[in-house]
Amino acid sequence: MSWLPMNWRRILQRRRSDRDLAREIAAHLNEERAENIARGISPEEALRRARIKFGTARRVHEDLWQQNSVAPFENLARDLRYTLRTLARTPGFTLTAILVMALGIGATTALFTVVRSVLLNPLPYPQSSRLVSLYESETVSHSPSPWMPVAAGVFQEWQRATQNTAQMALVSPWQGYNVSATGGQLPESITAAWVSWNLFRVLGIQPALGRDFLASDDQLSAAATAILSNSFWKRRFAADPAIVGKTIYLDAKPHTVIGVMPSSFDYPWAKDQLWTPAGHDAPADLMSAYGDHNFYVTARLARGATLAGLVNQIDTVQRRVKLAHPEPPVHNHAVGRSLLDSTVEDFKTPLYALLAATICVLLIACLNVANLLVARSAARQRDLAIRAALGGTRWRLIREHLTESLVLSIAGGALGLLFAWAALAWLQHSKIDIARAQEIHLDWWALAVVIVISGIAGLAAGLIPSLGLHAGQLLESLQSSSRSHSGGRSRAQLRKALLTAEVSLTVVLLLGAGLLLKSYQQLRTRDLGSAADNILTMQFALPDAHYSEPTQKVAFFAQLLARVRALPGVAAAGISSALPGEGWGGDILIDIPEHPPLPKGQGIDLMHRGADPGYFAALQIPLIRGRYFRNDERLDHGKVAIISESTAKQYFPGEDPIGRHLGGSDVGPKYYEIIGVVGDTRWKITQPMRPTVYLPLFEGHYGGVGLAVRGNPGVDVESLALPIQKIFGQLDPDLPVANVLTMQQNIGVDTLQDQFNSILVLAFAIIALVLAAVGLYGVLSYLVTQRTGELGIRIALGAQRPQIMRLTLADGLAPVLLGLILGLAGGAAVVRLLREMLYGMSPFDWNVFTTVVVVLALTAACACLIPAWRASQLDPAQALRNE
Amino acid sequence: MGRNEPLSSDMLKGTLDMMILRTLSTGDAHGHTIAKVIERTSEDVLEVEQGSLYPALHRLEDRGWLSSYWGASENNRKAKYYRLTAAGRRRLTLEASRWRQMARAIALVMGEHASDHVTGEGAE
Repeated sequence: MSWLPMNWRRILQRRRSDRDLAREIAAHLNEERAENIARGISPEEALRRARIKFGTARRVHEDLWQQNSVAPFENLARDLRYTLRTLARTPGFTLTAILVMALGIGATTALFTVVRSVLLNPLPYPQSSRLVSLYESETVSHSPSPWMPVAAGVFQEWQRATQNTAQMALVSPWQGYNVSATGGQLPESITAAWVSWNLFRVLGIQPALGRDFLASDDQLSAAATAILSNSFWKRRFAADPAIVGKTIYLDAKPHTVIGVMPSSFDYPWAKDQLWTPAGHDAPADLMSAYGDHNFYVTARLARGATLAGLVNQIDTVQRRVKLAHPEPPVHNHAVGRSLLDSTVEDFKTPLYALLAATICVLLIACLNVANLLVARSAARQRDLAIRAALGGTRWRLIREHLTESLVLSIAGGALGLLFAWAALAWLQHSKIDIARAQEIHLDWWALAVVIVISGIAGLAAGLIPSLGLHAGQLLESLQSSSRSHSGGRSRAQLRKALLTAEVSLTVVLLLGAGLLLKSYQQLRTRDLGSAADNILTMQFALPDAHYSEPTQKVAFFAQLLARVRALPGVAAAGISSALPGEGWGGDILIDIPEHPPLPKGQGIDLMHRGADPGYFAALQIPLIRGRYFRNDERLDHGKVAIISESTAKQYFPGEDPIGRHLGGSDVGPKYYEIIGVVGDTRWKITQPMRPTVYLPLFEGHYGGVGLAVRGNPGVDVESLALPIQKIFGQLDPDLPVANVLTMQQNIGVDTLQDQFNSILVLAFAIIALVLAAVGLYGVLSYLVTQRTGELGIRIALGAQRPQIMRLTLADGLAPVLLGLILGLAGGAAVVRLLREMLYGMSPFDWNVFTTVVVVLALTAACACLIPAWRASQLDPAQALRNE
Repeated sequence: MGRNEPLSSDMLKGTLDMMILRTLSTGDAHGHTIAKVIERTSEDVLEVEQGSLYPALHRLEDRGWLSSYWGASENNRKAKYYRLTAAGRRRLTLEASRWRQMARAIALVMGEHASDHVTGEGAE
């Protein structure tokens, strides 16, 4: 009970008390000797007798030393010393094992950190579990997502009905402003959000500087106000502490800055630069519309209220709204989910898939290290057997294995932590578009994970080889190592089992990687529907304050196009309200007067773009029927429309759409005559094509547009960016141009995430494949060594070398075959979960499955061939003499 | 030399501590004296292997039942003296009473007259 503190002093001062004891013993012997001499015995004999009587002084020392030591620590220290010595003697093995462990642990820790920071940690708002996102929805949906934006009129109905259940706020994230050139700065186009005055209150965040919006700011009659993001304030206003109260020009209208948000605040999107009250800055008719969906709704549940209850309430309201307003654009249904889910939903499947992949790698790493340890313990079998025969307990021997694997895994863990840190630093540095990316960082949790994983991995890797340490096998192993014919059978079985597991995990990883890679490649080679090479795109928005009349807008567009087209190196240029691959860009509900009326409350949903007459030719979108817009089809003479091929197929089956009309409340009272059919384009590279209608840009209804410029062959289109921007500066010095990117870069941004996922999983799969190959090679080499004698006899008795080779190969390939079958079966179950991450392909892609089988078989064959060949080249005389 | 069969170390180990404490209860002594006293008072039955005394002495000191100091022996040689502490004295009382119970119990089982043997030990 009290041995520890009492002994402590002695343990620490063992050497000194040892010297003390020596003196004490010497004194004792002196005393005894003196007594003997007094009895008349000769001095030498007296000393001898004294020594005999005393016993072994050495033993007294040792007894006392042991008595003064704490056995478990002592043993641990000894085991450690022994392990370190053994490991140091085989630096190749040690380094390999540590690296393998570090890869597995590092990858898993990094992914775990990402998953925890992004998916699991609460959002950085007070009591964030009570925050929810609410959406409109359709029972029969034609939208790509069930979570549809909300109309402001609907929001007000919801708010009235749920005052006791939740506080609700509006936010319209996809807004933008031109910030005027002031104080020597260039004009700038920024992304911003319209918000209801209470959004920040609902989230529970206050401005770091100045004041929050008030209800009185959130109406048409109020003075224009804005709250800046911290980064915008720092960047554009040099963190001016006196910014509050100053006036800035947004879309050429004066706005008073009333506050600056804290730097951590980035709702709804990280790229938002400022917030303005929707009630003031959004068009008044939008704020009361039921069918124009421009907002997301964020709500804080009251104490005791549940999301299900709230959704129930707003769903009831929504049904009532639909009854009162049966027009097609009004939705009939409402849904909701937690704010956390709405923020990270898109990342769940990819991140969990990646985490699963890293855990696979970790398992493979563990199996490989276990395998290496089995090989080592096999090599040391005789040594172990002798020690066991001399009384080494089984536990003692297992403990040695464990110490060894734990030392390896802890070293691996330390290195892995470094890997994880580097990986996360790289992740933050690269522009992977993950929600909450700025919240990802290594913390104590990551450290805990490293420790736990290292511990478990070490235990697993250490215990597996120990399974082969049966006391009963001692004799056998002593014998078998002297005549190595059938020796180490059980050990070989163990290694084969490990190998089978390794191969099957590798197959699963390869399947996942193959599918993701193929999907990504299909995505990259996907046809946008328009030209995509050597095209420069940029966006700009004509502010209503300076371009209120359609004539002004049309004049600007026409002048711009004329000047850009005149630039040397420019092959063609066109303007559209949304360029291919650039995003949603807006849709409308239309009807076709020549067709029988649709059921009440329904409409035809088409993607809607404005385009100038030269747009289709500039982007090489093929004309299928009819003609393009004409230059004189502008302003009031612009009631003509061009539809995409899929619109024609879907809504004019078996008839000629040319000459038909379309229209609807979304595009004014007059109908547009269809004059042409053009090829389909994708609104987003990752999404399927949607039927589209083009209306004349020169009608003058479009403010925010994209300009696309195709360069002449041999002209680097990026070199045109500056001259084009100069043209903008000449036409309107206060008009900023945004997102100057080539079309390929634009597409690249959309596919970056998929590229990232597929490359990462591929990297994991390759690591797994290499580890499996190394494992296979190791096992087979071991088996060949084990059977050297037997093979020698076979050859001596006349076995043909190819026969020997076949024999050995079969031995190595059997576990591979089994692992392959298991892996394919497991993979078939697992890849189902990847469906969400694959674009337009089935997870059961025969090509991928066959490729994986071939790759694995080839790798395995290569790994087996070397030891098998070596076996077939055995010199029988040599082999038998080796015994 | 009329040696007795040496007592097995296991049997001795439990009682050696007690005998050391008992020996020191009459006054401070160094290791050699302690060994001699145990031998003599046991009429040479308990011939201690003198070396084994020292681990026991150190153990007892660790537990705080003995304290030690370097002093001069009767022959004016340097020797390490041991002294019984208050805790050691309490321990001795406890162990002695336990021993008596045990010795009596063993004597009863062996069918001897309890009084004969126990009086020898318990007389002090």
